[in-house]
Amino acid sequence: MQRQLANMKQSLFDQGYLDEQFIQLEELQDDANPNFVEEVVTLYYRDSARLIQSIEQALEKSPLDFSKLECLMHQFKGSSSSIGAKRVKSECTQFKEYCRVGNSDGCKRTFQQLKKEYATLKKKVEVYFQFARQIGPVEKACRSK
Amino acid sequence: MIVEEIRGDAENFPVGMRVLAVDDDPTCLKLLETLLRKCHYNVTTTNQARVALKMIREKKDRFDLVISDVHMPDMDGFKLLELVGLEMDLPVIMLSANSDPKLVMKGVTHGACYYLVKPIRIEELRNIWQHVIRRKKADSKNQNRSSDQTKAHLASGEGHGSPLAGNTDHNGKFNRKRKDDDDETEDNDNEYEDNGTQKKPRVVWTIELHRKFVQAVNQLGIEKAVPKRILDMMNVEGLTRENVASHLQKYRLYLKRISTVATQQANMAAALGVKDSGFMHLGSLDGFGDFRTFSGARLGNVALSSYPGGMLGRLNSPGNVNICNLTPSTLVQPSLAQNLSNSINPLGKMNLVLPTSNQSPSLFQGIQPSLELDQLQHNKSTTNFNSINNSRIFRNGSTGVALGSSNNLLNSPMSNPLMLHGNTQQPLSGGRFGNQSGPFTSESFNNGVSDPTNENWPNRVDASKMHPNTLLSAEPFHSQLPLSGLRDNNSSNGTYLQNNPIDLSSGLALPPFEDSREMQCQQVGSMGDVQNMAQSWSEQRQGSGSVNQKMDMYTGGRSSGGASALVQQNEKLASESISRSNEDFLFEQPKLPSGFTPQGYDSLDELVNAMIKREQDETVANGEFAFDNYTFGEERKLCGDVAFLSSEADLVASL
Repeated sequence: MQRQLANMKQSLFDQGYLDEQFIQLEELQDDANPNFVEEVVTLYYRDSARLIQSIEQALEKSPLDFSKLECLMHQFKGSSSSIGAKRVKSECTQFKEYCRVGNSDGCKRTFQQLKKEYATLKKKVEVYFQFARQIGPVEKACRSK
Repeated sequence: MIVEEIRGDAENFPVGMRVLAVDDDPTCLKLLETLLRKCHYNVTTTNQARVALKMIREKKDRFDLVISDVHMPDMDGFKLLELVGLEMDLPVIMLSANSDPKLVMKGVTHGACYYLVKPIRIEELRNIWQHVIRRKKADSKNQNRSSDQTKAHLASGEGHGSPLAGNTDHNGKFNRKRKDDDDETEDNDNEYEDNGTQKKPRVVWTIELHRKFVQAVNQLGIEKAVPKRILDMMNVEGLTRENVASHLQKYRLYLKRISTVATQQANMAAALGVKDSGFMHLGSLDGFGDFRTFSGARLGNVALSSYPGGMLGRLNSPGNVNICNLTPSTLVQPSLAQNLSNSINPLGKMNLVLPTSNQSPSLFQGIQPSLELDQLQHNKSTTNFNSINNSRIFRNGSTGVALGSSNNLLNSPMSNPLMLHGNTQQPLSGGRFGNQSGPFTSESFNNGVSDPTNENWPNRVDASKMHPNTLLSAEPFHSQLPLSGLRDNNSSNGTYLQNNPIDLSSGLALPPFEDSREMQCQQVGSMGDVQNMAQSWSEQRQGSGSVNQKMDMYTGGRSSGGASALVQQNEKLASESISRSNEDFLFEQPKLPSGFTPQGYDSLDELVNAMIKREQDETVANGEFAFDNYTFGEERKLCGDVAFLSSEADLVASL
């Protein structure tokens, strides 16, 4: 089971969904913070949902307010990079670049791509955590909390 | 209290280092918190800059380090950086997902100890405690340096002159004093007492006395003016070499500041013949550095200010502060102003001073760039600010001062002379910043100088008018000094108030003034910071207009606002706020110790008139008025600080 979990994680890395930052998060997880990684990722999704919405609204305006978009995206990028969401982060960078040059279509396109990556990652980590939880309790049960 | 006590678990430092983490992004904040905990630091978090500021102000010694994100909705990280640096002299580390070197530069120039790029790695955090130590040491060193100069004879086992270790203790001691001894009179006195040596009665540098001093200095030549000889020449009973030494120190700072301004304008500095080039030099770079450590203002750009930095740093330490403010323009130390006018003649130099306003960077931390530009402008206005800032500075003891200066900045436009005055107010002890804003007419300067309070006010008012942009620097109080544009900080100043459009965003050079002011204020140490503070308070009170302005500015503070917008607002605020500020000041004032009584000028006009009259009479050495204020003692200062800060908060709230 552990092996399976490890494989799962490895594939996420290989596919570029996650990067080293995620490992950092895991390292921070310990007895004092047993579910740290999951907590942070959950927090990320909750908070970023709000950001995604704001960006979406901003993208509907015409003409686009690039500086605002860039600012929003900057925040989003910050939190995405904090959890190690590699692909999402690169989409953010792309988006910001389009903002910088004022490319509306590019922004919109990239944003769609970003949302896809975002959703995909969410699903994957959810599975991952679910799995980890299944394994986890077993271990935790062994060591009295 | 020993350093350990103050710092908590200093024995195991960095374990237990108290960090305040500020980031609006919950994900990042949580991550940061966990990372810091992993390093065994004591972590407090908040996602709002305002709350962070409040927490820091509540208990000055509560935190060792602040880590803040750059992009925050309620306040720009740079503004917070400035405010913290100015008021509290805490090391601040900036955080951002943006690794753009320009932004990093901005952070550093605003006084950040370090700039971290997200995502953060724990390795980086493991080393941040070094910044705390480094700063504390620098502060101690500054303190010692200045205190040594002024309290040479007092050094008795206090370790004033002792090396780092001593410095640290010294620093800690000062902090303690500042914190606990609100009612203490001059910090120096405390020191003295602690030292076990005789307690020197506070010397009030009256206009007359200052005049004599300046005469003596001029006669000897600024190069050769050493305290002993000056003392002999002055032939004043009861005056000690130390008194003269500290006063000389302030004076030099003032000159430096002026010269800086001049340099900018026309290299008047050379004319000033400030002999203490190191002094000056210090001011600019070191000052800032010191200041920075103190307040974190690292303005580097303001060459002048560097010294102030040191001074500012000193702010924490009761005595030394005065030096800091050399920073440009506004800091025109009230006392210095007078002196300057007398001795320097260089009214032209005064112009120089103005530029110095930028120098205050140390206070502002890096406001420098903007400051320079603004300096000229500021000088005029800054003077006012300076006075205010100075007062501020005093208050904070270390950081609070900055605010005062910013006020000056704003005001400076008005008349240089005023500015000078204003400056003089400040730090009596600190050194005559004489920031005068450029246009300062030497005459007025000379005359007006003596009356710091007056100066400040007129300046203040002017400042606001002059510069719409002059956003007060981030001073905690007002941090508005919007030194035009220079302030990148915008945020730094304005952030505090946030609502103020005027927010410094324009980067007015003001911040520097503030810094310088603060520094100046701190300098007062020997003279009694309180005095300066009192003065600044009085100034403020009188010239509350400017203060208000600042306040307005601060409230508007979101530095992010366009400079123009800010400027407009500032202008508007300036005019509007004058009355408001008066109120505010009054509001604040009440808090000041009863002892604090403004010179008695009820209005700016009075002050201005008084100043002018004074000018005409003669370059009063320090304007008794100004000096008198100085006499209030630390109590005032402390009270003032507290009051000031609290009033600020109130003001902000009300705004």
